Amino acid sequence: MTEWIPWKIALKELKVISRKKSIIAYTFGLPLLIAIAFSLEFNNLTANGIPGTLSLGAESVIYIFVVITTVLPSTIAAYSIVGEKVEKTLEPLLATPTTDGEILLGKGIAAFIPPILSSWMGASIYMAATDYILVNAGLGYYYFPNWNAGVMLLLLAPLGGILSIEVAVIVSSRVTDVRGANQIAGLMFIPFVLVFAAGVQGLFSFSIANLLIFSTVVLVIDAILYFLSKATFRREEILTKWK
Amino acid sequence: MIEIENLTRKFGSITAVDNLTLSVDEGEVFGLLGPNGAGKTTTVRMLCCLIAKTSGTAKIGGYEVGSEENALKIRKIIGLVPDNVGLYESLTAYENLDYYGTLYRRTDSERRESNEYFLKLLGLWEKKDVLVGTFSKGMKQKLAIARALVHDPEIVFMDEPTANLDPEASKSVREFILELKGKKKTIFLNTHNLDEAQRICDKIGILNTKLMAVGTPEQLERSIHGRKTVIQLIHSSKLILDSLRKLKVKNLVSEDNTLTFDVTDPSKENPDVVDTIVSAGGRIETVTVTSSSLEEAYLKLVRENKQ
Repeated sequence: MTEWIPWKIALKELKVISRKKSIIAYTFGLPLLIAIAFSLEFNNLTANGIPGTLSLGAESVIYIFVVITTVLPSTIAAYSIVGEKVEKTLEPLLATPTTDGEILLGKGIAAFIPPILSSWMGASIYMAATDYILVNAGLGYYYFPNWNAGVMLLLLAPLGGILSIEVAVIVSSRVTDVRGANQIAGLMFIPFVLVFAAGVQGLFSFSIANLLIFSTVVLVIDAILYFLSKATFRREEILTKWK
Repeated sequence: MIEIENLTRKFGSITAVDNLTLSVDEGEVFGLLGPNGAGKTTTVRMLCCLIAKTSGTAKIGGYEVGSEENALKIRKIIGLVPDNVGLYESLTAYENLDYYGTLYRRTDSERRESNEYFLKLLGLWEKKDVLVGTFSKGMKQKLAIARALVHDPEIVFMDEPTANLDPEASKSVREFILELKGKKKTIFLNTHNLDEAQRICDKIGILNTKLMAVGTPEQLERSIHGRKTVIQLIHSSKLILDSLRKLKVKNLVSEDNTLTFDVTDPSKENPDVVDTIVSAGGRIETVTVTSSSLEEAYLKLVRENKQ
């Protein structure tokens, strides 16, 4: 594992990212804020007993952490790829005996790990707080973890994160600054937000079956975008065609 | 070590490098001179397997450029100093070198050894834990050269290594390149600094999309304008001039008491000329052999190419 080049590349990326305080604050602060805010809100909701729409409310919030994993990786991926382009560090990197796939995978791993960890951290805090609140309100069992939350956090969230990274790679080849890449790639959260809105409006149920179908759709899109991003991230393309 | 034959690269309808043919021997420092847009960077990128060639062949260390399999082998034996240093500014000098050592599959101990060696050699050891973003241009350039050497490559490609550096920093980079030359590294140097090329390179190629000329700096100087002998006489006379014309000296020009003519090999030709002048009653004050500078040769070739 330690000699695996994509992992070495990822470690370097993580080291660089760890020194960008704004990225760290954004990546770990946002899920933490959401966890605290919704826990407090849930505490207020249960002041007069356990609400009848418990599953809708509690699981919708878990879904927000899925949405977060479609937003945060694009920030890191955009920085990791466009940042290298802006700082002109790609050419010496491409002159090393690493394959395009290794570089892309290394950068992908670095963009994936912090957001998924922060999302799981936020969701864990939220689930623990919710369980504490519900048990104190009289629910006789721990509501979380449950299968729905498991599918969302362990399947849909990683797939959404991968999707976000792939879009960021493709977008990175067409833009010249990190902010632009981040803004465009970040738009990937819109379809996920629409699903959230549909869920809140009662048009979509966060049932395991629905979540699995949605995950399959995202998986297929991930697979298609994988080939597109791999075709984009080629030495020749990067050095001669990237803006 | 580097063999290039009819190497061509086109970008759409634009030909960046046209039928380039040259070779660089092991341990040689080869300078590719040319104006901006001459195709120097494109050539280096092709040789480093970063971009594809349109046609022709190139062999680096015996591996032919073209296939992905050979590209990995070639990248293992070369080091590249690009025209922009491309260092990670939020990493320290040590971390920058160490990262590249990792990418070249060096072991922990090998990396520790080479990182320390190069940082000490460059006078950067005291600043090994300082972020590169705070370094001067000269320090960054030296670190970029060290980065290209962490895996002890056989061939080092350098693209304008002293561009945008102040004279002192340029000098220290040049001295470092000369140290590498002393270690018998094969160096392919892109530059438009004629003085630098003349001081460092064993052989020079002048590129302006096409290769205009190639040879040692001295050969280039001679081949473009040749050498001239200038003889200062105490007194010139018709007899002396007629005698020299009989000797068939080339392009003889007489102005006041100064005679100027072309020579190919001054050590063989000048003694006869001096004898002839003395036999004709002439008295010689000085004999000087001059040659055109590399700069004159370069400018002439580039201007001719434009026309």
